Amino acid sequence: MPNLSATEPLRIADRTFHSRLFVGTGKFSSNEGMRDALRASGTELVTVALKRADLSGGHDPFADILEFLERDRYLVLPNTAGAMNAEEAVRLARLAVAAGLPNWVKLEIHPDPNYLLPDPIETLKAAEILVKEGFVVLPYINADPVLARRLQDVGVATVMPLGSPIGSNRGLETRAQIEIIIEQAQVPVVVDAGIGLPSHAAAALELGADAVLVNTAIAIAADPVAAAEAFAAAVIAGRLAHELGLGGTSARAVATSPLTAFLG
Amino acid sequence: MSMFSHVHPTIDFATLGDRARHASDADVRRILARGRAISLEDFAALLSPAASVHLEALCRLSRAATQKFFGKTIRLFAPIYLSNECVNICRYCGFSRNNDIPRITLPVDHVEREVRLLAARGFRSLLVVAGEHPKYVSNGYVETVLRRLLPIMPSLALELGPLETQDYVPMVRAGAEGLVVYQETYDEPTYRDLHTAGPKKHYAWRMDTPERAYAAGFRRLGIGALYGLADWRYEALSVAAHARHLLRTCWKAQVNISLPRMRPAAGGFAPKFHMSDRELVQTIAAYRLLLPHCGLVLSTREPPDLRDGLVPLGITTMSAGSSTEPGGYGAHFDETTWTPVGEQPGEQFHIADERPPQAIAAMIRGHGYEPVWKDFDQALVSEGEPAELALSPRN
Repeated sequence: MPNLSATEPLRIADRTFHSRLFVGTGKFSSNEGMRDALRASGTELVTVALKRADLSGGHDPFADILEFLERDRYLVLPNTAGAMNAEEAVRLARLAVAAGLPNWVKLEIHPDPNYLLPDPIETLKAAEILVKEGFVVLPYINADPVLARRLQDVGVATVMPLGSPIGSNRGLETRAQIEIIIEQAQVPVVVDAGIGLPSHAAAALELGADAVLVNTAIAIAADPVAAAEAFAAAVIAGRLAHELGLGGTSARAVATSPLTAFLG
Repeated sequence: MSMFSHVHPTIDFATLGDRARHASDADVRRILARGRAISLEDFAALLSPAASVHLEALCRLSRAATQKFFGKTIRLFAPIYLSNECVNICRYCGFSRNNDIPRITLPVDHVEREVRLLAARGFRSLLVVAGEHPKYVSNGYVETVLRRLLPIMPSLALELGPLETQDYVPMVRAGAEGLVVYQETYDEPTYRDLHTAGPKKHYAWRMDTPERAYAAGFRRLGIGALYGLADWRYEALSVAAHARHLLRTCWKAQVNISLPRMRPAAGGFAPKFHMSDRELVQTIAAYRLLLPHCGLVLSTREPPDLRDGLVPLGITTMSAGSSTEPGGYGAHFDETTWTPVGEQPGEQFHIADERPPQAIAAMIRGHGYEPVWKDFDQALVSEGEPAELALSPRN
């Protein structure tokens, strides 16, 4: 288990998280393997696709990924993957609450099933409705600084810009935009999607992202438990680097002798 | 953009076909080094005998690409046949109207009983199949069936005779989210020769069905050729071109490709073109490298050993424990072992993998994959009744 007290805790809405690694639950080779990887990651927040869950309250053994999530260990963040517009996302979120899940929702609206890129217009529309209804809304967005601000204006709890397309493992291809989002953020910034290596996660935290969400890179690793541990360590390293202010760069060599020595 | 029936004739299949037969080793190595196919020309090369030599490398790339997008998961579904009445004469099909088989259209109550049997086996995703007959499969029958099944099955797809967009709309409203339509063969002369009577004669009308379905609101589109009717490389190239077209024109839809091979059926049609197991595997991997996000569906037409081997190689969806006869689950399956018992005289074709769904799920787990029974919820459906149903407690 990584030393989670090494870095500052993260606050989102009324919750405090000691781990800045959030983990997704899709794509695992077994529910038991998922459970072990989640434990090894030290995460305190896991997302789950409502389309795979049994929302009837009947504990359907063939349709209930929720049964494998240790609800006392993690905040279960229902996500609206599969929703193609605001209406569908809102309906899913309401249904999740009716089924006993928390009123937190990872808002995912991606009408294109191939690259799963989020629809900014429908996302903003749904966020507005859900925030008014009292939901804690964590929207998945393209790395668009203006959209991030618009979403903050309607009262979302975080913004979750993508580093690169879901499942691509290509890392922080949107780095320049994420930097702007972080600079302007009034809410925590969680880099979601595309994080394929622990170094990507560390880089996001070094930049000043408040957390990262990782799924594919852990779920399809040859050893998901070891991969989860590697990401947990990377997130701590990245956050420590950010807190310490490591890695300032300069275009020119910096003289080691002080230039102001003459002032005495 | 034009419908695919207008696009298909403009594709240079002669050149592509030549490449599919005569690509060089260097052509294939170049694509393998890149790790993906970026054009129909690349795809053709991957279907070639030269690529067959590199089948292992091809399959490794296919596996990696599939896992990246779909994870280590396989979705499971079952077909439910509503009716084997059909007005078409298709020389290869067991349901062809000139075949002397018992004709059955299930009353809605009977359909529900069948589907409850499937639900007890774990299925939460269903392909609703019917022959093409305006008298039996019409007048709201399908919509009534769908509404009845929704509380039991969160995911419903249809495989029916092609319809106009406006005729699909009530089915989408009733809860259907997917539509499957096989072109059977993309080779037009062969198509004409095999479909001698009935509305299925219309080659272009059938080819444009996925686009009409998309306009009606379906969010999953399934296409494919029936391998055995014409040269398999030509068919695979046509399906790939069709899928690429749909990905551009129907951009909100998940496109799935099935690769059914001919099975023995009433009428005794003997396929002229053979696609070997090795060629099937090669084709699956080639699809994956060209179309990394498309679902690839494997049915119980294929025998157990082959299905087992294909789980980690690129497919994403499997059927299991299937009957292709209306009422077949209740009438011809042993309820304890869930294996077919005796003849199914009204079946469309006889399946090759008779293992029960739990055995298939165990086999999938044995490969280190998770069988996924549910991957859709009716709360996702925008319009009307289905969402209300989803919000009420399920029985």
